[in-house]
Amino acid sequence: MDDFLVRAGMAGIGLALIAGPLGSFVVWRRMAFFGDALAHSALLGVALGFLLRVETNLTIAGICVAFAAVLTALLSRARLAPDTLLSICAFTALSAGLVALSFIETVRVDLMAYLFGDILAVGPADIAWIWGGAAVGLVVLKLLWRPLLSVTVHADLAAVEGVNVGAMRLAFVLLLALVVAVAMKIVGVLLVTALMVMPAAAARRLARSPESMAAIASAVGALSCVAGLVSSAEFDTPSGPSVVLAAAAFFALSLVLPLRR
Amino acid sequence: MSASSLILGRSIVKRFEDRTVLDHVDISVAPGEIVTLIGPNGAGKTVLLRILLGLLKPDGGTVARKAGLVAGYMPQKFAIDDNLPLRVSRFVGLAGRVTRAEIEAALVEVDVAGRIDDPVQGLSGGEFQRVLLARALLRKPQLLVLDEPAQGVDVIGQDALYDLVGAVRDRHGCGVLIVSHDLHLVMARADRVLCLNGHVCCSGRPEAIGRDPAFAELFGARAGESLALYRHRHDHVHDPHDGHVHHHHHHGHDHAGHDHG
Repeated sequence: MDDFLVRAGMAGIGLALIAGPLGSFVVWRRMAFFGDALAHSALLGVALGFLLRVETNLTIAGICVAFAAVLTALLSRARLAPDTLLSICAFTALSAGLVALSFIETVRVDLMAYLFGDILAVGPADIAWIWGGAAVGLVVLKLLWRPLLSVTVHADLAAVEGVNVGAMRLAFVLLLALVVAVAMKIVGVLLVTALMVMPAAAARRLARSPESMAAIASAVGALSCVAGLVSSAEFDTPSGPSVVLAAAAFFALSLVLPLRR
Repeated sequence: MSASSLILGRSIVKRFEDRTVLDHVDISVAPGEIVTLIGPNGAGKTVLLRILLGLLKPDGGTVARKAGLVAGYMPQKFAIDDNLPLRVSRFVGLAGRVTRAEIEAALVEVDVAGRIDDPVQGLSGGEFQRVLLARALLRKPQLLVLDEPAQGVDVIGQDALYDLVGAVRDRHGCGVLIVSHDLHLVMARADRVLCLNGHVCCSGRPEAIGRDPAFAELFGARAGESLALYRHRHDHVHDPHDGHVHHHHHHGHDHAGHDHG
C-alpha cells in the first residue's frame, strides 16, 4: 500500500477516535449548528497563520476558541433565534476568512484543500498533531464524562447536585474547537461537522448506553475514513468528500436497524 | 421558627427587564415541614424556587441556607432526547458517586425498581416523576424541592405521588417545598401554604387559606369552598390540627389593576 495512503488512514483514524464521543455530545446537546459555525471560522485561522508566519494549526485552534467564546456570549444575550444567529456568524466568519486569504499574495493558498480537506497530503507532523490532539481530548472527556453527561441531561438538576455548569459548557466548547482545528486538514472547513455528527447518528441505533454510542461512533468514523480513502484512491475522487459519503452510507445502513432503547 | 429553618428567603425581589416577577417575597421551610407554593401560571413560583436553590440571583433580598444544607431537586417535567441511550439506573446514577445497590434501594423506595434497566424515554409520566424523586433521595437531602411534581401524571397517579412525598417526609424527616398550580391534591397534604402571585397574597394552614379573601380573589370563591370540602373529606388521613394560630395576612392589593406576570 502507498505510504501516503497509510498516513492518511492513520490521520483519519486518530480523528475518528475523538470525533466519536465528542460528536455524540454534539448530537445529544443539539449543537451541530454550533459546531458548523465554529468550523467556518477556521479559515480565518489559516489566514492569520500565513500573515503572522506561525504554524496554522495553532492559529486555527486560537481563532476557533475565540470564535467559540464570541458565539457563546452572543447566544446568551441576543434575541434572535439561535439558528439565525449561528448562520449569520458562520457566513460572516467564512467570508472574512476568504477575504483575508485573498490579501495574501506571497503564498499560494490551496483553497479547495482548506474547504474540503486534503487528507492525502498529511505528513508525519500532521499525524503527530492529530493523535496528540485526540489524546488530550479523550483524556479531558474521560475526566469530565459524568458531569458533562449530567449537564447535557438537565443543567439545573446538575447544578443543584454540585456540578459547575458554566465550566462544563466552556470545557465542551473548547473541546469542540480543538477537534475542529485537528480535523481541518483532513476534511476541511465545510465537512468537519459531518465527521462528528454522522458517525454518532449512525451509532445511535446500535447503542444502549451513552458510552457504547460514543465507542461505536468512533468505530464507524474510523471505518468511514478507511472506506472513503480506499475508494478515493481507487476511483480518484476527492478524499474528504469520499470519507463523508462513506459515513453517510453507514448512517443509511443503520436506519435499517430498529431503534434500540 | 426562622432560627431553625432549613432555608429562609427574605424580601426577595426579581425583575426581568421592567417586569417585577417577585415583589418582596418571604418564605421559609423548617425540617419535617411540607410547604406548598401555589399560584396561577406566571406567578413566579419557579423563579422563586430557582432563587432559593441558588440557580438564579435575586435583584433584592437574601437567601439563607442552613450550613451544609443538602437539597434534592425535582425539576418540572422534561423530556430526554431520544438520541441519548440512557437507562433508568444510569440516569439516577448521575446524581453522584453511587453504587448499583444504592440506586436500587432508592428506586425500591419510590416503587419503580422494576424499571431499573429500562430506557428513561419509555417511562410513563408518573414513573418518570418517581425516578426523579429517587435521584433526589440518593443525595440524602434535608430539603426536597419539587417543581410541579404531578405534571403529566394521571389523577390516580397524582394522589399516589403526593402520598409518596408524605411518606418520604415521614421516613427521612426532610423539609419539603412543593410548587404547584393545582390546588386540591397538594394543599390537602401541606402543613403550610403560600399563595404567590408576584407577592405573597396569603399564607397559613390550608383550611385557613381556603377562607382567605385574597385566595378567593385569586382563584375564585368556589375554589375556596371546594378546597374546604376536600380538606374535610381527607381529614381522616391527617393528624388533628393543633389549634396553632395561623400565620396569615393579606395585603389589601387591588389584583385586577396590578400587573402580575
